[in-house]
Amino acid sequence: MPQATAAYTEDLISVAGTDLQVLKAGAGPALIIFHDEMGQHAWLRYQKALSEHFEVWAPSHPGYGKSPRLDWIMTMRDMAGWYLQAFDELGIRDANVVGFSLGGWLAATIAALCPHHFRKMVLVGAAGIKPPEGEIFDMFMETASEYIKLTVADPLAVEEFSSVCPPTPSPELAEAWEVAREQSVRLSWRPYMHDPGLPHLLRRASGIPTLIIWGQKDQIVPLSAGQAYRKAISGSELRIIDGSGHRPEVEATEKFLSVVLDFLGGG
Amino acid sequence: MFIGHFTERPYQDPKSGYFGATGLPIKDLTLSNEIYDSEVGADLYNRYLDEKIYADECGFDGLMLNEHHSTPFCMGGATNVEAAILARITKKAKIVLLGNILPLWDDPLWLVEQLAMIDLISHGRLIPGWVRGTGREMVSHNIPPAYNWERFQEAHEFIVKAWTTSGPFRWEGKHYHYRYVNPWVKPYQKPHPPIWLPGVVSRDSLMWAAEKRIPYIMLATKLEPTRQAFQLYHERAAEVGYKSGPQNIGYLWKVHVDETEELAEEAARKYVQGPSNPFLAGNEGTTNLALASLPGMTSRRRVLPTRHAATKYRGGVESIPYEEQIENYSITAGTPKTVLPKIRYVLETLRPGIIFFWDGDGAMTHEEQMRSLRLMKEEVIPAVREMATELDLPGPDEVDPATGERIKANGALVAAS
Repeated sequence: MPQATAAYTEDLISVAGTDLQVLKAGAGPALIIFHDEMGQHAWLRYQKALSEHFEVWAPSHPGYGKSPRLDWIMTMRDMAGWYLQAFDELGIRDANVVGFSLGGWLAATIAALCPHHFRKMVLVGAAGIKPPEGEIFDMFMETASEYIKLTVADPLAVEEFSSVCPPTPSPELAEAWEVAREQSVRLSWRPYMHDPGLPHLLRRASGIPTLIIWGQKDQIVPLSAGQAYRKAISGSELRIIDGSGHRPEVEATEKFLSVVLDFLGGG
Repeated sequence: MFIGHFTERPYQDPKSGYFGATGLPIKDLTLSNEIYDSEVGADLYNRYLDEKIYADECGFDGLMLNEHHSTPFCMGGATNVEAAILARITKKAKIVLLGNILPLWDDPLWLVEQLAMIDLISHGRLIPGWVRGTGREMVSHNIPPAYNWERFQEAHEFIVKAWTTSGPFRWEGKHYHYRYVNPWVKPYQKPHPPIWLPGVVSRDSLMWAAEKRIPYIMLATKLEPTRQAFQLYHERAAEVGYKSGPQNIGYLWKVHVDETEELAEEAARKYVQGPSNPFLAGNEGTTNLALASLPGMTSRRRVLPTRHAATKYRGGVESIPYEEQIENYSITAGTPKTVLPKIRYVLETLRPGIIFFWDGDGAMTHEEQMRSLRLMKEEVIPAVREMATELDLPGPDEVDPATGERIKANGALVAAS
């Protein structure tokens, strides 16, 4: 795998009527990372590796991390609409995007509304579509750390797990998780983690080369949702990562990177 | 002094093998209703209504009902149904709902109508309190917990407006939207039935009650933190410009009286054991941490001093044994002679103008509850009224909680002396 040496910077930028916390690293074509329902609280190996090839932008969505909540954002389409304003102001177009779980739902929604913003799209264990078989696991019936444990197939086998979920989270991290869960309630409580209109809206995203990645042992979003995404976005490809749960980027980092870099063209 | 009676109406079924100290452990929202016995349910609903009707005859000022969902420890899932029956059958006591879980209602116009009907049928005996509910309720009726407080406040404003403003009017709020509000039923009491608020945890709710001049009832909390929380209410009332007093605050705790000390102990031990509320202290229920802290449900910082005690008293692995609950006044049990000094101690410590005796709960039988009610009628209620006069603890029927003015027998206000 590429040597992960690049450091990242953290900025609070003023955009689209609010402040947005953005972690940034690397140079090259733009690559946006959309974090999941628990927010982003560490700079992980896969991010460092991607920043070897791309200018990586990892924003905290409004209401997560240090990005203030916008009271009017009550649905994922509201959130997508806000990001389109932000992209316009920041001059971001034709960027690559990688979205994880709830962040995959966000990427897919933006793609459906305004496909020309993305060059290529990677959806990883994406929420957003009601699984034809099985149900999306209810994160709110578990505490933050118990939920994160369930997102990987085997916490003991994941080298970076203590970065994602320290055995004793600091008070700051515990609070940041609660802030993230609170905003995820607003976006995803009902219908839970999906938008019935999304598969239909996604016809418009068919021009975007799309890679759908799913952990074979994902206990959070059933694989059938990945298959539904593949059907909804014509021309998209579904890659299943053996042995991995909901977080292949930390559970099988090298495999994940090779699949993603292969698809994106390595910058 | 306003004296009320309360029981949580637990589902009791010794045959099930699930409930109580000898039953299987139950984690909140994990028990399937496949074990629900409709014959048992039918008998229990009627028993609890009969006990409330008898409590009315015994001279209680208030018959309190509460509401929980998807749990065996409280059968009042649709508390307005029980209230409507009591409205028709009982004669004198107020029907105190503590209360309807406001954030659960996607269509609070139903509440406007149902509660006004109950108020009319009872000829103005309804006290329709509100609560915010717990995680269990948000999950059961699928309401986003992060909007709990916003929905609570907006629903309250909407209901009060619908009760006090001639229709039709429109309501385009954040969570509620109506194109035609003009219910063909108006409450009996004017300007609207008095709203009370019970609570345990949220400082925001208590402050809101103080600002709105709404009486606030603490539910089975420890005495010292309760006293501190009441102090916050009184301070907030002074800040917003009125004098609050006993008429603004209430306290509910477990009180059982019986013919002998032995009978009293035998019955009162059933608060915490037997085929009943698995979530009462001493029983086998365990709290679900995720449900107890749903994201956004209540502020993580603005909590009341009563919060910790409340969590303990509600059961789980840290629950407190019977003897200790007797010791710390969580449970008061005995003959009228031994119980009255303990009630007096609670009144002196907290100075409430509203009290509720939480009785007939847990594994207690109908006979035990009826004995206690009879003794309350004969010996406890008259003595507590005398104490309240001596300690100057007026209830909201005697002094207006909104103004501090004394209310004459005919309902007119006079300046407080």
